[in-house]
Amino acid sequence: MDRYTEQRLFGLLARASAALILAVLVMVVGVTLWRGGRVFITDPAVAVTPPGSRYMLDGGGGFLHAVLGSIFIVVPATVVASILAISTAIFLQSDYSSERTSDVINMFLNVLWGTPPIVYGVFVLTIIIAAGAQTSLIFGTIAIAIFQYPIMTRYADEALRAAPDTVKEASYGLGATRFETARMTVRAALPGVIAGIIMGFARGIGDAATVLFTAGRSTQMPGGPFDPATTLPILIFEQAASFNAEVRSHAYAASFVLIITVLALILVSKLLAGKFARFAPGGRHS
Amino acid sequence: MGTTETNRSDGSSRLDRRLLLERLSSYWLVGAGFFAVALFGLIVLTLVQQSIPIVSEYSLFQMMTSSNWDPASDEFGFLPAIVGTIYVTVLSMAMGTPLAILAAIYIAEYAEGRTKLIVSSFIDVLAAIPSVIFGLVGLIVVVPFVGDYLAPAVGAHSIGLGIVTVSLVMAIIVTPFMISLSVESLEALPDELRESSLGVGATKWETIRTVLLRAAGPGIFSAILLGFGRVFGATIVPAMLIGGQTAIPESPFDAGETLPTLIVNDFGELMSIPLTQSALILVGLTLLVVVWIFNFGAMLVRRRLQRRWQY
Repeated sequence: MDRYTEQRLFGLLARASAALILAVLVMVVGVTLWRGGRVFITDPAVAVTPPGSRYMLDGGGGFLHAVLGSIFIVVPATVVASILAISTAIFLQSDYSSERTSDVINMFLNVLWGTPPIVYGVFVLTIIIAAGAQTSLIFGTIAIAIFQYPIMTRYADEALRAAPDTVKEASYGLGATRFETARMTVRAALPGVIAGIIMGFARGIGDAATVLFTAGRSTQMPGGPFDPATTLPILIFEQAASFNAEVRSHAYAASFVLIITVLALILVSKLLAGKFARFAPGGRHS
Repeated sequence: MGTTETNRSDGSSRLDRRLLLERLSSYWLVGAGFFAVALFGLIVLTLVQQSIPIVSEYSLFQMMTSSNWDPASDEFGFLPAIVGTIYVTVLSMAMGTPLAILAAIYIAEYAEGRTKLIVSSFIDVLAAIPSVIFGLVGLIVVVPFVGDYLAPAVGAHSIGLGIVTVSLVMAIIVTPFMISLSVESLEALPDELRESSLGVGATKWETIRTVLLRAAGPGIFSAILLGFGRVFGATIVPAMLIGGQTAIPESPFDAGETLPTLIVNDFGELMSIPLTQSALILVGLTLLVVVWIFNFGAMLVRRRLQRRWQY
């Protein structure tokens, strides 16, 4: 094989690999939309109907409990995690820490970032058992917040790193304190920070392993923060293994709702990033 | 402040407030900064403390080499799960790594302008799709494919669920993550490298293979190690597709189990038996430690190779 044939062959292989991955993406989204859409279009009410008393067995009613559970668990978790994540990113970036400290903390963040979600689930469950509590919505929220924290910190850290240094210099030059300067830097990096929060939200709403043992796998409407709840991914996970075709079809409908939500969140994050760029001082973000 | 105060003292009280805010916020920010360290420490301590009962009862070596998992009669053998995990990790990475590196080369070196933007944002979308949806699509598409076509084609028997099925799905799930890290390190290379290689008469592919992959090697290598960690700890997809069998798999087409699916299948029901709970927490600790080793290895490898493979 001469070198030009080799060059053509590998160029082709590289293209084929990218095409294969995109084709799989299209297939995954397509199959979910098609299978789920058929169930969902014929009976869109399943997403807003409370479950029947034997829902996991006969599929009577709908999965409003999982939709609400997802919202009640992931929204507070995202708020908590984003506050923590932005604070950590400010600490890492600005003049609160030495480079050495930042390096060490970054190492721990990387480890947390790579930690399997199931480990967070086991950790929170261990705490629940030690505290003598029962699995409930609030512990699901804690588990998801722990899961989101390293992800959001990475996005926020990247965004702050990309903010122009001139903002910081000008702010200090005017006599601002570190905190006031940090606020300006966050504003300059706002598009990236917001996009990171939304991506963290999307990851949180799609994760099942963290909440599988902590939220309580309830099959009823969520009562309060200390009652068991469930989320869409857990519901899909459990329904997909069902022997009842009706219950399985609800798994398709639930995954339709889930994938639309996730895709919409990604779209919003990309759009917002562009929109906020106008308000950022420095203004060279897109 | 009263109206009798002069401008000067008014100004200094404002400064006081700013300095107070500065001090209070710095406590919070330092606390948040060390939150990651504290969280990690707390997780490790909790898991270690809860694993002690099982480790003091049985030897680690005995548990890792026994293939008998029957908590009801106090038998804790992790070997089937360990074998299953290794099978899944090796197979997924063998399929996923070349795919990811080639796709990264395409994005970084071949694609241009709009195409590049579209392809890389599609990769981002792929990374954000919940794994439970991959599992569901795997049930609809990959299970019949493996059961009806792939297994008969290689002369194996399969019910569709099994190690190969999981590996096929995981190979795709792990790519976006390796691609974005590899693209990052390829794009960080200076254009002079490409120009001088092409200038002395190398073809584009020779440039990529001998110059760029080597220069970006440390980054790509650590991306692969991080990918290993990802597959190793994957939970939902194996739990949905592996078929759940507590014996050592004889062929990759068999059903099996992995360490995370062991936790998923047994945690809910067997929480009442303290020793089982401890055994499963030990599994969680093992996952954490192994992933930690992969991450740490990735960091070391990047540092070492960067010195050796630089141009």
